[in-house]
Amino acid sequence: MLLSPAELEVLGLSLKVAFTGVIASLPVALALAYLLARAQFPGKILLDGIVHLPLVLPPVVIGYLLLVALGRNGPLGAWLAQHFGIVFAFRWTGAALAASVMGLPLAVRAMRQAIEAVDRRLEAAASTLGAPPLAVFASVTLPLILPGVLNGMLLSFARSLGEFGATITFVSNIPGETQTLPLAIYSLTQVPGGDAQAMRLCLLSIVLSLSALVVSEIMLRRARRRAHGA
Amino acid sequence: MRLEVSVCKQLGAFALDAAFASDGGVTALFGRSGSGKTSVLNAIAGLLRPDRGRIALEGEALFDAAARVDVAVHRRRIGYVFQEGRLLPHITVHQNLLYGRRFARGPGAVPLDKVIELLGLAKLLERRPHDLSGGEKQRVAIGRALLADPRLLLMDEPLAALDAPRKSEILYYVERLRDEVRVPIVYVSHSLDEVVRLADTIVVMSEGRALYAGPVADAMARMELRPYLGRFEGGAVIDARVGEQDLEMGLARLDFAGGALLAPDVDALPGERVRVRIRARDVSLATVRPEAISMLNVLACRVVAMGEPAGASVDVQIDASGTVLIARVTRKSVAALGLAPGVPVYALIKSVAIDRRSVGYA
Repeated sequence: MLLSPAELEVLGLSLKVAFTGVIASLPVALALAYLLARAQFPGKILLDGIVHLPLVLPPVVIGYLLLVALGRNGPLGAWLAQHFGIVFAFRWTGAALAASVMGLPLAVRAMRQAIEAVDRRLEAAASTLGAPPLAVFASVTLPLILPGVLNGMLLSFARSLGEFGATITFVSNIPGETQTLPLAIYSLTQVPGGDAQAMRLCLLSIVLSLSALVVSEIMLRRARRRAHGA
Repeated sequence: MRLEVSVCKQLGAFALDAAFASDGGVTALFGRSGSGKTSVLNAIAGLLRPDRGRIALEGEALFDAAARVDVAVHRRRIGYVFQEGRLLPHITVHQNLLYGRRFARGPGAVPLDKVIELLGLAKLLERRPHDLSGGEKQRVAIGRALLADPRLLLMDEPLAALDAPRKSEILYYVERLRDEVRVPIVYVSHSLDEVVRLADTIVVMSEGRALYAGPVADAMARMELRPYLGRFEGGAVIDARVGEQDLEMGLARLDFAGGALLAPDVDALPGERVRVRIRARDVSLATVRPEAISMLNVLACRVVAMGEPAGASVDVQIDASGTVLIARVTRKSVAALGLAPGVPVYALIKSVAIDRRSVGYA
């Protein structure tokens, strides 16, 4: 076997955290992208700014704010734990949440650009053919923005794989629970003699990110071909 | 089918303020680019919300500012063939054709097979819009609109982006639509050729206003509309019936209320009704009946009215036993012949000036 059980565990956890974060944030990202691309409302610039904050703030700030709000004793965290039994603090779900928050601006940006690029005259044509608004979205808008949505999900996924600051601040560095690849590498560099193992995980990181990029590029090309009918 | 339109809309510096009514068949919205034709279509379709006014189809209001009625686009059941086709790029021709089917209420007046046959789409079904030529795209767009079972079809210069051979091809399909499917059509155009060939009713638009709405032949005979119908192409339109055909000489006699004309290359059988446009610049006037000339058509007429002089020429409205014609002559000739209302004249029309493009099949 190429990877040790401990390494496999780190890899599996990283993938689980990243996938969960991307999937969970997809509806939010799509809704925000649609709102920012199409709607006119007061405070739009402010919302745009807030969505982009994770891109410019130190990740530690995001992690700390999540800890304050969603920690066991945080106002939101206590409420969620009491009413829904959902706990983020020091759990892998918290790592997924941190990853999705950090990836959100990238996802929203890509999806918003795709929505803005849609020829709205096609949507108008669909409605003259009798399609109600939701059907227009599902049968015209969504297929046309699919490449952008995939692209946004990929960027968010890649960002999640590399997430470090917000994760370690929010959910700490617990092996088997919240210790994703970057955190594991960090831990190994802190112990004497961990260099070789750290390097192995670094290589694993590179392989993982590179395959994500290649797979997504292939998916993107296919989706683009379909969307443009070429 | 009765369509009533009365719309006011301020669009930046442009004010749309147009009203007209139509009773089925093909209604042409005619005017220069920027005269508001497309805005009227968009208002009928529900893509443009007027500031004031009322739009009703068969008495049912689609939009009524006073009564606060504004039926949503997808509930209006009005087909729209856009200038640039607007086929959905991510699905096949077949899927594009059927797109409106799932939202249509009834089984549809025209079945898919009929539409495919009517518009010659059989070979295109599995293709994607990307791989279609301009003419093919328009045919698919027409079919797609038809299959959504529309009560009215709007066509916004569907020929504008096409070359001449494709134009006449699509025109032929639109004629079949009018004659075989009998769907009422509002057709936007700035080509008098298309209007004469297709339309029963014309709405002449200029600077956001409908100057005239009524029968095409009547509009063509009106002197005050001459500047808007285009000086070069302008002329009278007469309704005629194909009479005897001289196959050896390639001529057909077209009988109309004011007499008969000999015309070449008429694509119709004896007894068929045709609409003939006679351009003002193809009509000459004489005060005595000329002899030994090549012009085959000499009609005894009387001057009705003189138009406004434009440069060296004047349009003269003449009456041939009840049918109005228009002749464009020089001011010099007007003076030399003493042309004035009431003067009897002979109208001379070259047969070869009446070509295929001037004849429409009613």
